[in-house]
Amino acid sequence: MEAFEPTIIAFVCNWCTYTAADLAGTARMVQSPRLRLVRMMCTGMVDPKYVIKALLSGADGVLISGCHPGDCHYINGNYKARRRVKLLNEILTGFGFDERRLKLTWVGASEGNEFAATVNRMVEDIRALGPSEAAAVQAL
Amino acid sequence: MPSVARLPVENGNPVRAMQELLRRLLAEDDIVGVFAPRQPPAKGAVMPSLITDPEALASVDPASPSFPVNAAQQVARLTRGDLDGKLIAVLRPCELRAFTELVKLNQGSLQNLIIVGADCHGAFDNDGFRAFMESNGGKPGIDNSADFLRRVSAGEFTAAANGGPALARACRACEHPAPEHADLTIGLFGQDTSRDVLLIPGTAQGEALVSRLGLATSGSGAGRDEALTRIRAERTAYRDAMFEETRAATATPAKLAEYLAACVGCYNCRAACPVCYCRECVFLTDVFAHEPWQYLGWARQKGALRMPTDTLFFHLTRMAHMSLSCVGCGQCSNACPNDIGVMELFRTVAARTQSAFDYEAGRNPDEKPPLTVFHQKEFAEVTGGHD
Ligand code: SF4
Ligand code: SF4
Ligand code: FES
Repeated sequence: MEAFEPTIIAFVCNWCTYTAADLAGTARMVQSPRLRLVRMMCTGMVDPKYVIKALLSGADGVLISGCHPGDCHYINGNYKARRRVKLLNEILTGFGFDERRLKLTWVGASEGNEFAATVNRMVEDIRALGPSEAAAVQAL
Repeated sequence: MPSVARLPVENGNPVRAMQELLRRLLAEDDIVGVFAPRQPPAKGAVMPSLITDPEALASVDPASPSFPVNAAQQVARLTRGDLDGKLIAVLRPCELRAFTELVKLNQGSLQNLIIVGADCHGAFDNDGFRAFMESNGGKPGIDNSADFLRRVSAGEFTAAANGGPALARACRACEHPAPEHADLTIGLFGQDTSRDVLLIPGTAQGEALVSRLGLATSGSGAGRDEALTRIRAERTAYRDAMFEETRAATATPAKLAEYLAACVGCYNCRAACPVCYCRECVFLTDVFAHEPWQYLGWARQKGALRMPTDTLFFHLTRMAHMSLSCVGCGQCSNACPNDIGVMELFRTVAARTQSAFDYEAGRNPDEKPPLTVFHQKEFAEVTGGHD
């Protein structure tokens, strides 16, 4: 049997974490290839639907990452994102999703190192957790 | 403790006393209409109606055990602009709580409204109501309701004893049987409703009305508090058992899929829900009309794909949208053509989400819905301790 390799969908904000991801790339930092980046203008526009849809259609984990508190380029999008993630965690863990599958982090534009480390840590965690609880469910 | 008035009941029928109260209110110069549940011309369930002719009040029935729709959305319609005076709205406690949520979301306003609530013994779902009507010998509407009040306060209908009809599960699990922040409350609990019912002002506006109508106030509503405490305790116990049962039945995504296996995606539950506030539901658009190759991709990934798709997606998204405002009225279950325990599921989730934000739907009109506000430092656990 093939070893399980997780698929992680990441929603990252254009101004901070995406820039950090770019930096990690151009600086050739070693990162797991199991992450699929989706660039958003702000974490405040990550609709809960995106997270739910990702987890139901094959993602083993979802990462949302944006600017540090106080640094959001739309003033408070990241604070709103934090409440949405709190809400989603309450809903999803009630149906047996492990709460480690949904992660919110703050990674600033200059923190390429931190980005690479966050990705590697999350991939490790999810690899250890195994496939999503929804993986075997044949309904979306 | 506000002073309490008593409304005398003649011929043993408290519904007539409620009608009489509304007639007196409608006769006041500044009252333009009464919004209340009304018996249909033929036998059937009550429907919320907007009444301007006092004659039409003769079929108003706030005590009916039928509950085909939560009226919050309809009241909201009447408050989105000016009226030439005040409107009396007669609402069940859960309708009032749902309306309160709509007010917070700027879809309704308390401004031109005088809210009259009544203690709620609960109601049947649509099937249960038909069974009740048959078992009660097809009397005219409001006599049925008076019989219902008498029998339910004697403890009937709380379980499907002897195969008879039982109240809707939503009502048996409802720990808010008394109206919260109504201007006037019609007190039924602990009263001999064949003799009189209570009229309890809850706001300054309510107090003013009671004194304008010249109703004598008499201190306390003896027996009501005790009855209310007992009813709350019974319902809370039933609710907690329901939560346990539902949690166990939906503890994994696979079990949730099983729970929703009969769902055909008709979205009746969404249409019936008073706090599904989106003006246009994304599930009614073609945002999720996928390409054939996408379906094929999902099928290959999982070996097989249930169609219609997006069943879990719909329900989980609805939870993310409105569980913070769910008032547990049960209309979703009532509307489901496939007997899915939608209310059980949504209330169970709502209990989690509302308590996570220390919020309770409908509790207080001045409370902000949790997703419309934030604090700089909160929920550090979400970001692994970094805030
Ligand atoms: S989800 Fe169901 S129980 Fe909750 S408010 Fe909507 S219709 Fe009522
Ligand atoms: S009413 Fe029932 S069948 Fe229709 S969408 Fe809701 S749960 Fe599914
Ligand atoms: S712009 Fe980066 S989180 Fe809002």
